[in-house]
Amino acid sequence: MTDDKKITGDLPEPVVRKPRINASLVWLVPVIAALVGLSLVIHAWSAAGPTISISFQSAEGLDPGKTVVKYKNVVIGKVSTVRLSEDRSHVVAKVALEKSARSFATADSRFWVVRPRIGLGGVSGIDTLLSGAFIGADVGQSQEPKDDFVGLETPPTVTHGAPGKTFDLHADDLGSLDIGSPIYFRRIQVGRVSSYHLNEDGKGVTLQIFIDAPNDKYVTTSSRFWNASGVDVSIGADGLKVNTQSLATVLAGGVAFQDPPGPHDATQAQENDAFTLFNDKGTAMAPPDGEPRYIRMRFNQSLRGLAVDAPVEFLGVPFGRVVSINLDFDEKTQTFPTIVGAVVYPDRLGKAHDKLVALAKARGDDEQMSQMMGRLVERGLRAQARSGNLLTGQLYIAMDFLPKAPKVEFDGRSKPLEIPTAPGDFDKIQQQIADIVGKLQKVPFDSIGNNLNDTLAELHKTLQQVNGSVLPEVKTTLQGAQKTLGNANNAFAPDSPLQQNLGGSLQELQRAARSLRVLTDYLGDHPDALLRGRRADDKPLQAPPPPPPQDAPSQGSKP
Amino acid sequence: MSDAGNLPRAGDLGLIGCHVCRLVCRDVEAEDAACPRCGSPLHKRKSNSYMRTWALLIAAFIFYVPANVLPIMRTVSLGDVDDNTIMSGIIELWVKGSPDLAVIVFTASIIVPMLKFVALGLLLVSSQQGSRWALRQRSKLYRLVEFIGYWSMLDVFVVALLTALVQFGFFSQVEPLPGVVFFGLTVVITMIASMTFDPRLIWDGRDFDD
Repeated sequence: MTDDKKITGDLPEPVVRKPRINASLVWLVPVIAALVGLSLVIHAWSAAGPTISISFQSAEGLDPGKTVVKYKNVVIGKVSTVRLSEDRSHVVAKVALEKSARSFATADSRFWVVRPRIGLGGVSGIDTLLSGAFIGADVGQSQEPKDDFVGLETPPTVTHGAPGKTFDLHADDLGSLDIGSPIYFRRIQVGRVSSYHLNEDGKGVTLQIFIDAPNDKYVTTSSRFWNASGVDVSIGADGLKVNTQSLATVLAGGVAFQDPPGPHDATQAQENDAFTLFNDKGTAMAPPDGEPRYIRMRFNQSLRGLAVDAPVEFLGVPFGRVVSINLDFDEKTQTFPTIVGAVVYPDRLGKAHDKLVALAKARGDDEQMSQMMGRLVERGLRAQARSGNLLTGQLYIAMDFLPKAPKVEFDGRSKPLEIPTAPGDFDKIQQQIADIVGKLQKVPFDSIGNNLNDTLAELHKTLQQVNGSVLPEVKTTLQGAQKTLGNANNAFAPDSPLQQNLGGSLQELQRAARSLRVLTDYLGDHPDALLRGRRADDKPLQAPPPPPPQDAPSQGSKP
Repeated sequence: MSDAGNLPRAGDLGLIGCHVCRLVCRDVEAEDAACPRCGSPLHKRKSNSYMRTWALLIAAFIFYVPANVLPIMRTVSLGDVDDNTIMSGIIELWVKGSPDLAVIVFTASIIVPMLKFVALGLLLVSSQQGSRWALRQRSKLYRLVEFIGYWSMLDVFVVALLTALVQFGFFSQVEPLPGVVFFGLTVVITMIASMTFDPRLIWDGRDFDD
């Protein structure tokens, strides 16, 4: 059939050429496609890092498939799903990390949502206003793998590996400090508060601060930290002084630190060293407190004006404060003594304490404080409630040596240590005044007054007499005396005739004496002259010069 | 069955036509015959049409997977980075209030390629088995596949246009991502596949041979 249909005319014959490439090579196309697809899968598989889940309080700003995880602004992963936790208390975001970010799935990595934040310390994360929130990451040093994280609600203030040091500060309370509060050194910000937590026993707060390098070298083992928040106003002799750190500190709080003045240990503090956070600079710069000790005092007097936190001073050095004031009842004496509890810091006494401790050790006293105190009490150490301010009547406790204090028994083993007390100055004064008043009352002021009155009347009479008769006579007598004195004055004046006459008389007398001597000398030499009279050749009496004083007596002694 | 069954076909008459210069030659049943006039290869049907079409179809299908899984476009507006796959883009369009656009993109990017895979697969299977079922409709289907082929390049065009037009730095920016390459490859390979398929095979029913 088919042959019939074939047209066998002069149709051209096709040329037969050598075979072309096998058509089955077309299978290379799907093979290549498969290879490409496979490579994609392998690439995706190899590039896929670990998947971690991070729980947050809220999913605000978290967008599955869009929100990225960034470390140093480099994308290291992406949120794949966000779901509510089973107990509905938080949200869990699944994050697919990139393979290069495998190290972020380790135990001490931290994650937080970066949202725009405006605080007193400044504005942060402002770029997220437009781009939406992202998850910030911070990697730690740990190698331990972990894939379940709890996201931080606030960004950490310190990233791992930031140069600097972390220190612990112990404080009674947090004050106005917060995470991120600045740390100042000489009013330059050198760090910030990185975290804080209540102490286990609830009796304080521990703050962790971070000081950036290179300023961390200024923290020494003897550095003092104090709360720099607030305004310190003081009125002194030189007027009103207002002392603050920066304005931001006043508003938001801050911590300042400095080394104490004077010689101190200047070795650099080690990482995680603990310090005490003082309330103000004054307390911070005071000698170190050392270990606090609790003492008790029993006062048999009213302590009106003594308040908790009143200072306790030892010889004028503040070294503690009152922590409790309680009334007690003494059945024997039916009185109400006041029990005052105080915390004292013996270290504040500085050198004195050191020496006392050394002495106590040398003596072999094991209970250093109590035995030492015992000796001091023997020497008259007593606690007194003294008036610190006469205007407000506030009291403070003073520990002083009262040598005249009556002896008391001292139990060095009692806990807490009970310091014997003495009545305070004010009490003493009161007592003395009362004594004086009592004595004064006994004085017979009435009779004394009457007698005095009589005496005064007599005196009055006498004085009248004196005025009437005695005084005029006295006057005339005085006038006479004045005259006499005037005469005497005239007589004895240097230019008075009496004076001149006297001078002349004396000269004459001198002359006469000399003549007499010449005469006697002459008669000594010439005794015959008495008989014969004076010879002519003899020199006149006045002619010979006065002989030398030695000759005269020798000549005179010859006869 | 009808007239078509009785009328002779070129193969029945031992003739073969050159596709290039239209010279009609005697069919020598040789595998590698060439036109004596213009030298182009002669074959009764497109050579290895089934095999090539299958291969290309499979390749296109393989590429279609990454084309849908990988993101095709990244839009950055005001720092907000948004990577879109084909499907997420369609969903976004739908959610953000352009359902008409969403339908168009869905048709062009999802339905059309899928339709081409199904249609070509159907044509291949039915023709290989020499089925005589719905011959004319199958021919129409083939023409439809050829016709709609290039329309599925819509996504590629959109990405190319946006990338070229939207470059405003931080405010707005569009970048193409690898997905669009695979999508383009899928479209191109399906078009080639539909071209390698010889529609005459539809009519080469087993019945005609016997």
